[in-house]
Amino acid sequence: MSKNAKNLIMDTRRRAVGGIAESAGKAVLFCITAIPTVAVVFIIFFIAKEALPFFGDISHLKEFFTSADWRPSADPNPHFGALSIFYGTAMVTAGSCAVAVPLGILTAVCLNEIVGSKTAGFFKPLVELLAAVPSVAYGFFAIIVFAPLLQNHGGAILSALLFAAGVPVAAIAALPVADFVSARFTKNARLRKISGFLFSAVCAASVGCGALSLSSMEISSGTNALNASIILAIMALPTIVSISQDALASVGRDMREGSLALGATRFETIFKVVLPCAKSGIAVAVILGLMRVVGETMVVWMASGNSLKIPEPFYNFFEPVRTLTATIAGEMGEADQSTGSARYHVLFAMSFCLLAGGLALNAASQWVGSGFKFRKK
Amino acid sequence: MKKDIANVLKSGFAAALAFCAAAVSAETKIVIDGSTTVGPIAKAFADFYKETHPEVNITISESGSGNGVKSLMNGACDIANLSRFMKPAEFKSCVDKKILPVAHVVAFDGLAVVVNPDNPVKSLSMRQIADIYTGKITNWKEVGGKDAKIVVVSRDTNSGTYETFNELVLKKLPVSKSAEYVGSNGQAKMRVAATKNAIAYLGLGFADDSVKPLSVDGILPNAKSVSSGKYPIARPLFMFTDGYPKMGGDVYNFVTLHLTKEGREIVSDLGYIPVCE
Repeated sequence: MSKNAKNLIMDTRRRAVGGIAESAGKAVLFCITAIPTVAVVFIIFFIAKEALPFFGDISHLKEFFTSADWRPSADPNPHFGALSIFYGTAMVTAGSCAVAVPLGILTAVCLNEIVGSKTAGFFKPLVELLAAVPSVAYGFFAIIVFAPLLQNHGGAILSALLFAAGVPVAAIAALPVADFVSARFTKNARLRKISGFLFSAVCAASVGCGALSLSSMEISSGTNALNASIILAIMALPTIVSISQDALASVGRDMREGSLALGATRFETIFKVVLPCAKSGIAVAVILGLMRVVGETMVVWMASGNSLKIPEPFYNFFEPVRTLTATIAGEMGEADQSTGSARYHVLFAMSFCLLAGGLALNAASQWVGSGFKFRKK
Repeated sequence: MKKDIANVLKSGFAAALAFCAAAVSAETKIVIDGSTTVGPIAKAFADFYKETHPEVNITISESGSGNGVKSLMNGACDIANLSRFMKPAEFKSCVDKKILPVAHVVAFDGLAVVVNPDNPVKSLSMRQIADIYTGKITNWKEVGGKDAKIVVVSRDTNSGTYETFNELVLKKLPVSKSAEYVGSNGQAKMRVAATKNAIAYLGLGFADDSVKPLSVDGILPNAKSVSSGKYPIARPLFMFTDGYPKMGGDVYNFVTLHLTKEGREIVSDLGYIPVCE
């Protein structure tokens, strides 16, 4: 046997050493992996432990979820009705999703499908840069720039936005609706086409009128649900755009080429083939963006106005609202064990609710994400 | 050869030790935490004190009166700034943790009730202010202004300013649910400066030209009306230490600075009212 070949065969001792080294390496890596897991378990345990004394009291529990009377500092009868705070969280989350989801997905579609890879390579890092801006800077922007802007020119801005975005969308969206409805009454293609256009024009015009009527509206306070929603939407954009684009990019070239080869237009290929194929990935992107929005604290504390009222009417985005995270941040300082224990534990009860929501969203994203992988195979 | 190395190591070690000791003895540290209202005084005092004592390292955080007490209680700071007196419960938990809070009144402060400069309203009574904050009055025309909804801005419940206002003006009645909450005096001022129909309260030192202080019960807030006790919404500002500081020490010098001539000048330059003339 040559010397080289001999070196390749391990003797028993070397094999044993190698085996020990391997298992030691595995153990070290396992420990390192365990650190974050243990941290998560401890955090959940600690929050649950501190929230339990509050939830343990049935009268507290009932008030917490059903009443909007939040007066934790009242002495001697504190009230812990967090309904308006839950509502505020839901409202801001819904508002920012309404802005960020369509904008984010369309941006991802544009970056991945429409523009060339060079342009996309230029714009994607820019969008992702939004994630690097500290949230307090967003909050500062919300107060200094955006709130006065909303107060002074809010109506005009909103009506212009609605005009630019709403009128074409209404016109396009009305077409299939009209087509669907008219198909039930007549088979005459020409009649259907005319009625479709008429309906579309009416829809566009009514949205346009709505937009115009907004222009004279006055917003009394610029720190409100709308302000917080829009700023949060900007913060959620990088997550949504980045992950959606990855999902779109992972749709195979064969799908696109097959669709185009069958005579579908580029528009049809994107909306009927590529987007449905990538829908699990896009859903994950939306859920992760949602989690960013729900968990954000500094921006909502600064931009949402923090009032404790459920807006009237309930969809009024021009009224200030308060979220769970902002409440925890705002009440933390006074809520020591020394100033009444219920006031301290109620904040952990809120953290617990946020944590439960976060876990549910995380589980949802795992579930949806695994569906996505399954389809790809 | 080996001995040489050992010697070098030894002397190096000794030098390092000596250096550390020197660093510890030369650099005293004062950690200050608490109210955003007292914060500017502490900062100005720190700047002044560092000029004559460059070896003293002073860190100041502004996290609200409540958090200041917490820091003091946990031994995380030497001086806690409070814009209200310590609450009995807080006092008790300090004592339980073997901390004995001692109050030093460093200045007086009036709470100015401010509106946007464009607002025609010039004066309100204590009663009217209380009604606005509890939500009984919601339109400026009810107090002689324009027909516009009042945007009520309050400090957050963490702040001593809120506690003072709640006690002196609202008599502990709950603040209206539609009131907005902001996290600092500066933010309250910004909101009023930018919002036509807003009303807010803030430390007199923060009220500059961008907002208009109202006269309360006919009396404008200024140094004279506050120190004479005529202006109704005024309060002392505190620095709390654990026990009385060692006389002649840095902490002692710091919490007695307001009694010196320079200290009084600093206090009044910031818009607060010195304790003694």
